[in-house]
Amino acid sequence: MGVFVYDRSFEGLLTAVFHAYSRREFPECLVGEGEPGPLFAGDRFRVVTDDVLAGRVWRGLERRAGRSICNRVLCVWLSEEEGTDMLLMRYLRRIFGSPRGAESDFTDRDVLRMEQVARRVAQEGHRLMQFVRFQRAADGTYFAPVSPRYNSLPLAVEHFRERFSDQPWLIYDMKRGYGYRYDLHEVAGVELRLDERLGEGRLPADMQFGGEERWAELWRAYYGALSIRERLNPKQQRRCMPLYYRKYMTEHW
Amino acid sequence: MGTDLLDKLKILAESAKYDVSCSSGGVRRRGEQGAVGSARPWGVCHSFTEDGRCVSLLKIMLTNYCMYDCAYCINRRSNDRPRTMLSPAELVSLTMEFYRRNYIEGLFLSSGVMRSPDYTMERMVRVVKELRTVHRFGGYIHMKSIPGASRELVMEAGRYADRLSVNVEIPGEANLRFLAPDKSHASIYAPMSFIHQGVIAGAEERRLFRNAPRFAPAGQSTQMIVGATDERDSEILSLSARLYHVKGMRRVYYSGFVPVNSYDKRLPAVGSAPLVRENRLYQADWLMRFYGFTAGEIADEAHPDLDLEIDPKLAWALRHPEVFPVDVNRADYGLVLRVPGIGVKSARMIVTARRQGRITADVLRRMGVVMKKAQYFVTCGGLPVGGCVADLTPERVRRALLPQRGRRTADGQLSLLFPE
Repeated sequence: MGVFVYDRSFEGLLTAVFHAYSRREFPECLVGEGEPGPLFAGDRFRVVTDDVLAGRVWRGLERRAGRSICNRVLCVWLSEEEGTDMLLMRYLRRIFGSPRGAESDFTDRDVLRMEQVARRVAQEGHRLMQFVRFQRAADGTYFAPVSPRYNSLPLAVEHFRERFSDQPWLIYDMKRGYGYRYDLHEVAGVELRLDERLGEGRLPADMQFGGEERWAELWRAYYGALSIRERLNPKQQRRCMPLYYRKYMTEHW
Repeated sequence: MGTDLLDKLKILAESAKYDVSCSSGGVRRRGEQGAVGSARPWGVCHSFTEDGRCVSLLKIMLTNYCMYDCAYCINRRSNDRPRTMLSPAELVSLTMEFYRRNYIEGLFLSSGVMRSPDYTMERMVRVVKELRTVHRFGGYIHMKSIPGASRELVMEAGRYADRLSVNVEIPGEANLRFLAPDKSHASIYAPMSFIHQGVIAGAEERRLFRNAPRFAPAGQSTQMIVGATDERDSEILSLSARLYHVKGMRRVYYSGFVPVNSYDKRLPAVGSAPLVRENRLYQADWLMRFYGFTAGEIADEAHPDLDLEIDPKLAWALRHPEVFPVDVNRADYGLVLRVPGIGVKSARMIVTARRQGRITADVLRRMGVVMKKAQYFVTCGGLPVGGCVADLTPERVRRALLPQRGRRTADGQLSLLFPE
């Protein structure tokens, strides 16, 4: 049993799965390039990321277990949690190595864990659909900063493209330093050098579209008028709308 | 845009907030290229207020002028409140601009009754029609149908709105007449039937012609005020069941009575809203819609009111110890679903997973089953023998499951429980 070294990309992981099968040897541990591995381990094998091999594994998974399992795998990868790569490695080995139906064997720890993590990440994707707040910038672009707990922005992009297809928008993950921009034709991933004043996520007055503050003010007034004082329940509010989202939400400014 | 739009918005939001319906689901509409808006089958909540309720739609009234004088309503004629009205243009631009910023999922339009039900309804229809046809708005629209409105207007509304609703308000007819002299059950159920017929006819049309226009694709909902009058829970639940089955209702909402007009002596003097009862009714409603319970099983003549201390599913289980324990490795889905502590999600996982391996107590726990409750009602590997409700008696299980403070005596001294 040895150590696989890979570049910590999703394609890299899939390539590692390919090599594990071709070498008939599954790694004990996965290590990122340049990271110290375990001190006492067997052979180190260096995985060179190969999109063709990764694609073969991905399509094989889709043929074997279907779209929804591919989605589950992707969601778990996006969780960015410690030890996710080994979990995925064990899970894929199990899916490929057992008769159909293994993906619903929730008596197995890994299978159940996959389901639970995937659910949490998908929920975070849904929360983006809920809590993204656009501000209209001077050039007409609708800009929304986000910083979700998991890297779930890719899961929500299609929703925004479909819904706001007649307005240019930019949703930017401030924590991970990348985002998606829609220019009325297509969505593209972007990495930008944002203006320093955008650190808090709010467009300064000179970068706003005319009358933007007015709409924000109307929305805040509306939101404030909605609570029923006889029924205050801040605990429920926190459960549904975690505090870490409020930073970028217009009604909490 | 007038500078007073802000004040109008506040006044009309204040007036609309007691309507609890919030759903924005039940319909899938793909966004069109070059237009704004789409609708998702499960809806999206965009914010949550301090009272923990979701804000999904721009819930607002066209006007809070009202010619009716319903005792429970904040907008009743005899209340001295600021009255105002939004123009269609103002409403349309508020909806569009809020929507474009992802503040809302759509519009929930309601109104006080001006001049006549038809006059009011016509003005409301004009707004939603403009949104759909002029602005090609594809977001969700929920429209209140005014009691007493004519069939033609209801039919027109259904072409533009995703959901229509008429509130039952008070479950019993006599009580409704007493508190709302201008309304009758007939005036409420008539538009409800129009909507129901429209939905059925619309679905039939679409079966024959794929591109036939949709009629209120998310169906209709209604709301009842709980605790303002003397209806028992069993009456309320059987009314809900009838509405679900006979009128094709998608949702029934229960609104714990908030005393907004405390001067009116026809209403009970209550300190705070009956939140626990409201919550229990929602739980019971869920049991009817997703768990295969009938209204009669949840509350009957022997138990006309829901138990406020424990949830209705547990209450049912304690009344029927003969059904348990349920063998999670063998029992039907419907029976697994009746176990307290097992929800829809876990029940589905259990029935798929047991084809692959054995379900043990440890597996149940990891799946997220509430073992504190479920342990008394299931059998599987890893549970002690003799711990089932049938062995322990329902009284003991009930006592064990009550919240801790229930065990304290009046002076706060913990009483020690000795095994019988």
